[in-house]
Amino acid sequence: MRKKSLTLLSDGYLFRRENTIYFENARGKKPLAIEGIYDIYIYGKVSISSQALHYLAQKGIAVHFFNHYGYYDGSFYPRESLHSGYLVVNQVEHYLDKDKRLELAKLFVIGGIKNMEWNLSKFKNKTKFDSYIEELDNCNKITEVMNVEGRVRTEYYRLWDETLPDDFKIVKRTRRPPKNEMNALISFLNSRLYPAIITELYNTQLTPTVSYLHEPHERRFSLALDLSEIFKPMIADRLANRLVKQNIIQKKHFRDDLNGVLLNKEGMKVVLEHFNKEMDKTVHHPKLKKNVSKRRLIRLEAYKLVKHLVRQKRYEPLVAWF
Amino acid sequence: MENYLEEELIIRGIEINYLYVCKTKLWYFVRGITMEQESDFVDLGKFLHEKSYFGEEKEVQIGSIKIDFIKKRDIIEIHEIKKGKVMEKAHIMQALYYIYYLNKLGMKAKAILHYPKLKEIKEIELKENDKEEIKRAIKEIEHIKSLKEPPEPVYQKICKNCAYYELCFI
Repeated sequence: MRKKSLTLLSDGYLFRRENTIYFENARGKKPLAIEGIYDIYIYGKVSISSQALHYLAQKGIAVHFFNHYGYYDGSFYPRESLHSGYLVVNQVEHYLDKDKRLELAKLFVIGGIKNMEWNLSKFKNKTKFDSYIEELDNCNKITEVMNVEGRVRTEYYRLWDETLPDDFKIVKRTRRPPKNEMNALISFLNSRLYPAIITELYNTQLTPTVSYLHEPHERRFSLALDLSEIFKPMIADRLANRLVKQNIIQKKHFRDDLNGVLLNKEGMKVVLEHFNKEMDKTVHHPKLKKNVSKRRLIRLEAYKLVKHLVRQKRYEPLVAWF
Repeated sequence: MENYLEEELIIRGIEINYLYVCKTKLWYFVRGITMEQESDFVDLGKFLHEKSYFGEEKEVQIGSIKIDFIKKRDIIEIHEIKKGKVMEKAHIMQALYYIYYLNKLGMKAKAILHYPKLKEIKEIELKENDKEEIKRAIKEIEHIKSLKEPPEPVYQKICKNCAYYELCFI
């Protein structure tokens, strides 16, 4: 794919002159080719001119903002240009119909579970979660589905932990603030993954606020949360595992902050570099018979959902084969 | 009633085109599920359109059809700019539909297809038997639009270059 995600870690000023977007900071002024930008992730203290935003909106480029701690704050989500009332109606219908909603919610969870299983096998643990999947079959409520998902995840972290080096154990999953390094790393990656999914949804006719596993009234793009069930293990967890086991991320990349642990600037830089590389990495897709990037896999998942909603083909969650 | 278009004249030219390219694409397209925004080929087509035939009035909208450009001689000339000939049948049918459409509105017309990349043009006139085919096409489009589910995609050589490829075959 030609277009790339742009990450701004340093402080500066983003503005437009004629038909070029520039990023200017202490090190100088750098022109950015608009046709080469897919979306923008801003971690630094960056001022943006309204002219730049107008231009980005015109080109359909979303800008995602992260706070001082590296957590996702929100997005500049340009006016939607892809509309399908028909699809919206179908999305909502699948939410309102209890059975249809449950079916989709379970499929997202099953996808997540299978990807966790796959990770464990890569971490040299052969545990299968079949019993949980059977349990899912009998769930009649979303809360029950959520409950199974929560228990699988706890078990998954425990098993994963057995393979992690001593100073990078998860021990217990803690968020906001994370209590140790591994938690901080996982949270940071999830924070980066979520808006990446939002960008993909933006480029489809799907409405990002109508979701199935998560409730649509969570004041978030909850459909992105649904999809993240599949991509968190597949992208974020695997990358976290690799960064730690290959000693790319070390203790020195973290700082203690307000009774929690967070990545420091250098740590963020290393993680983001690897994350961006990871998203651009391609795998051969057996069905499409071509190479697709990891990022594109998210879009393909959205397409599968579209097909399910228009009743062309039942949604089957992506399970990593790579 | 004169102010209203006849029932069969609410079809857009691109729908006739898509009918001959792919029925699945047609079904998704009419429901607003479009993919073209990402296609390099569509970008190229737009570019070609913008950069060719300066001085003509472009994108002439008449009712539900939008013609690339028009010249008015003794009869109306409909001009359509196309990139390549792979989907020539679809181009011809689209042009025939435009003539048919204008005829219905009481105007005589012929069409000229331009292939600037191939440096070729093709003249098209609407014959009696073409009218029958256009009528059949309109009926079929209405039928496809009314389907509750999209037609199952059938793999053809052209699929790999189509913006809908991933949607269809994932």
